[in-house]
Amino acid sequence: MINGIMDFAARAILQGTPILFGATGEILTEKSGNLNLGIPGIMYVGMISSVIGGFAYQSGGNINPALAIIIPTLSCLLGSLIVSFIYAFLTITLRANQNVTGLAITTFGVGFGNFFGGSLIKITNSSAPYLSLTKLSRIFSGQKIVPDSAPWYQHLLLPLGFLVYVSVVIALVVGFVLKRTRVGLQLRAVGESPATADAAGINVTKYKYLSTCIGGMIAGLGGLFYIMDYSSGIWSNDAFGDRGWLAIALVIFAVWRPSIGIIGSYIFGGLYILYNYISVSMNMIPIMQMLPYIVTIVVLIITSLRKRRETQPPASLGLNYFREER
Amino acid sequence: MTDNVKTAVPKEAHAGKTPWVTITKRDGVGLKRRILIRVAAIFAALVLGSIITPLVTGDNPLSIYGTMVKGAFSEYRIWGTAQSFVMLLGISLAVTPAFKMKFWNIGAEGQVLAGALATAAVMVGLGGKVPDWTVTLVMIAAGIGAGTLWGVIPAVFKAFWKTNETLFTLMLNYVAIQLVEYFLKIADKSGSNTVGPSLLTHGRLPVLFGQQYMLNIIIVTLLTAFIYVYMYYSKHGYEIAVVGESENTARYVGINVKKVIIRTMALSGAICGLMGLLLVGATSYSIDANLAGGNGFTAIMVSWLAKFNPLLMILTAALIVFMSRGAEEVSTKFGLNSSYSDILTGIILFFIIGCEFFINYEVHFNRRRGAKKEEAE
Repeated sequence: MINGIMDFAARAILQGTPILFGATGEILTEKSGNLNLGIPGIMYVGMISSVIGGFAYQSGGNINPALAIIIPTLSCLLGSLIVSFIYAFLTITLRANQNVTGLAITTFGVGFGNFFGGSLIKITNSSAPYLSLTKLSRIFSGQKIVPDSAPWYQHLLLPLGFLVYVSVVIALVVGFVLKRTRVGLQLRAVGESPATADAAGINVTKYKYLSTCIGGMIAGLGGLFYIMDYSSGIWSNDAFGDRGWLAIALVIFAVWRPSIGIIGSYIFGGLYILYNYISVSMNMIPIMQMLPYIVTIVVLIITSLRKRRETQPPASLGLNYFREER
Repeated sequence: MTDNVKTAVPKEAHAGKTPWVTITKRDGVGLKRRILIRVAAIFAALVLGSIITPLVTGDNPLSIYGTMVKGAFSEYRIWGTAQSFVMLLGISLAVTPAFKMKFWNIGAEGQVLAGALATAAVMVGLGGKVPDWTVTLVMIAAGIGAGTLWGVIPAVFKAFWKTNETLFTLMLNYVAIQLVEYFLKIADKSGSNTVGPSLLTHGRLPVLFGQQYMLNIIIVTLLTAFIYVYMYYSKHGYEIAVVGESENTARYVGINVKKVIIRTMALSGAICGLMGLLLVGATSYSIDANLAGGNGFTAIMVSWLAKFNPLLMILTAALIVFMSRGAEEVSTKFGLNSSYSDILTGIILFFIIGCEFFINYEVHFNRRRGAKKEEAE
């Protein structure tokens, strides 16, 4: 019984981790006033970038465990940095509409991922039958099957790859920086009222760029985790599904606090797979998978009804700042 | 030109520290210049596309654009192109009144699906039990009604409690998608989880002039004219524009802002529902969660690129559809993944989005060294 619960918890955590990465990145971005709807696209690009990097390295033959982690991770960070920089440049410097730019980034990112995912083997004239990085994935991921005889805590801990811990640490660090440091205070000031922050001598442009780009890179790691750990290095187009949008939902659910995001992501993950563990008819699966969105809508409504300052979105969310228009 | 430039920094005040570049807002840019900048942006995007495409296909750029034209306009594909075009245009028209009001409805995908789902549910539920014309009438009401409902829910919360509409409508998309998945599982008893033409036989909308897509084309043409008149020549359109510019002004002149928000979103949702109705009842006679095919999101960009002008939307929608149909053909020809069109579309969008800056703002480069020299003298 306890083993079963622990198995469930481990699966929920694995489901939740990509969403947690995405949500942490998006919280950081939104705190600067940028509503980045390109997060699903950025996560996708992060995912395919790590695949491209890993594929190139794996084709070389020898695999060194350290490089096997470093190369996909760096290419993931680079890919997601480039895409979030495009978003940042268009919205911050060129002051383009954030919603439109974000959706364009998502169109581009998902298309980019599916294109290279579907055509990489053809383009590189590789002899591989399908796109898979199973050797590299073994280094990233936890143990997929835990024997029944193992003690209960192993059922929880063994399936978790190291990126799960990385996601928690990043979420806690982002939460700490936002709440307890001077940098975080200034960043929140930029998100609440850029004009006031500007008048106080804070470099609004710098903060917006940094939080958008770093946020995008954190979100991209969600793609890295998904491909390298969760799906064992096997690429298939569109398998990532709506996890990018779930990450944006989680930001609301967590009322812009990364620490709540950790628990929230595991709740989302648990709801996503709950149908495997309780006796429901197959027909009810879509209804179960609807729950994270319903819960998010309820949270959104409750926070707007209660109007508590601490749980509101950043005041300038979605608006661009132009000094002349103060 | 210098008359309508508001200078950001008084030059004398910071003579010693002039930044090397100043950006100023400008109003009243001539139509000619606006068109020129946009055309230049699209051209630049196509050039970039023609640099990237040969890298992955090995073909020369000109022949690729030839393939794209063939993919969009060849005899076998022209009707399909027309169908994609009117659907995208219809959904773009639907989101436009809401955007003009600065209500960021990114839930068109869900509103279309809600309309489609209600239509399919009526066709399955009533088909064969009542006369077909009754089925048709009920499904028209249900399709449009469901789209309206999906649009009005977030509008009510926005109007009364200022609930963030962008996030609310986004979430409702996925609720609609899962409802469709649920419907597929319960409607089909054979266990294949698909609802196709064999199930949706009763109450289909009429096929006009022997051409499958003609009904859609006629309806969307009428819709374009209607939205144009509604936005520019009606009292409602005026109220929408005022609320979009400033809610306080609207309140001051006695416009009932709550009513305008809810009414406009009802219209937006109703048109999306109509598109869902057409997709299921007149086009594919089938339904799945991917029925709207991302058009709900693409429509937002189409509408915004056209600056919410229904007539310009004809051009922007045509451009996007040409890109995606054309790139489909390119990817078939070279055995590449069809998502290639999304990459090209993305690049074009980036350029057009970016070029707006050069329409709205003016960039001055200040010769810093020269200024310093003058001081020294």
